[in-house]
Amino acid sequence: MQIADVRFNSRLLLGTGGFTSLDTLGEAIDASGTELVTVALRRVSPDARGSIMDVLDRHGVRLLPNTAGCFTARDAVTTARLAREAFGTDWVKLEVIGDDRTLLPDGPQLLEAAEELVDEGFVVLPYTNDDPILARRLEEVGCAAIMPLGSPIGSGMGIRNPYNLSIIRDQTELPVILDAGVGTASDAALAMELGCDAVLCASAISRAEEPVAMATAIRKGVEAGIEARRAGRIPRRLYAEASTTFEGVPGYAHAPTER
Amino acid sequence: MTVTVNGEPRQLVPGTTVAELVDQLDVPAGHRGVAVAVDAEVVPRTEWDTTEVPDGARVEILVAIQGG
Repeated sequence: MQIADVRFNSRLLLGTGGFTSLDTLGEAIDASGTELVTVALRRVSPDARGSIMDVLDRHGVRLLPNTAGCFTARDAVTTARLAREAFGTDWVKLEVIGDDRTLLPDGPQLLEAAEELVDEGFVVLPYTNDDPILARRLEEVGCAAIMPLGSPIGSGMGIRNPYNLSIIRDQTELPVILDAGVGTASDAALAMELGCDAVLCASAISRAEEPVAMATAIRKGVEAGIEARRAGRIPRRLYAEASTTFEGVPGYAHAPTER
Repeated sequence: MTVTVNGEPRQLVPGTTVAELVDQLDVPAGHRGVAVAVDAEVVPRTEWDTTEVPDGARVEILVAIQGG
């Protein structure tokens, strides 16, 4: 998979939120095989538990700063500029949310921020609704990928609108990364079967009963999904199609009654 | 003079630079994952040593945390 000018072997992006310890985060990074992880910026606090930067450095992963917590384009642009200073990367996972209950993206504000940040030279990966038209607009302003949600952040509700996701996939050459909603490995597999290039997971792994085991499971889900996509699934049919031929059925077998 | 640092009032000696203010706080060694905004404008790291914090400024000093 390639985003902007960077190639990745792994198709699983890991969100670092929700892990109860940095040790568990480190183990989950290893188990997930991820090469790209999100980080956030917040006010410096005296009770910080060690530096997440040390863990991420040690695992050699690339950083994807987010703009979580921003409700306006202006705040998101400021946060992205600060993240560029803090992390020395011009990549940004752009989040502009509409309210704190649904955490759903605010489309107009998202688009405005995306356009501004692209103009400033950022590699913009927008967290967006599963809206094919908004996805197209984000592509037009120069985003480097489209990151539609499957369902609200942390909801674990999986992919609520697979048809919209398929349309988003169909109409763009950009990487499509399912962001938000994954609850378990089968959700990740479905995203890949629908044609996504990658999946971003945070809560599904960090808040699982066994985060490291779930990181492994979701990595396998992603791998299974892309292999199934490449293999080409059979079409869905309303009625059965026999896998054993009726040719040569013995004479004692009775023909079915016509309905 | 009084400035606001991460929402809290703080007394500073006039002429205090951004770099000096950052060092008063509990930030990671080498300032990894640290960024500063003064009155909602980013102060690039290369300018921390030469930028004085203005009287009454609203300063945000941010660090990397888990998220996303």
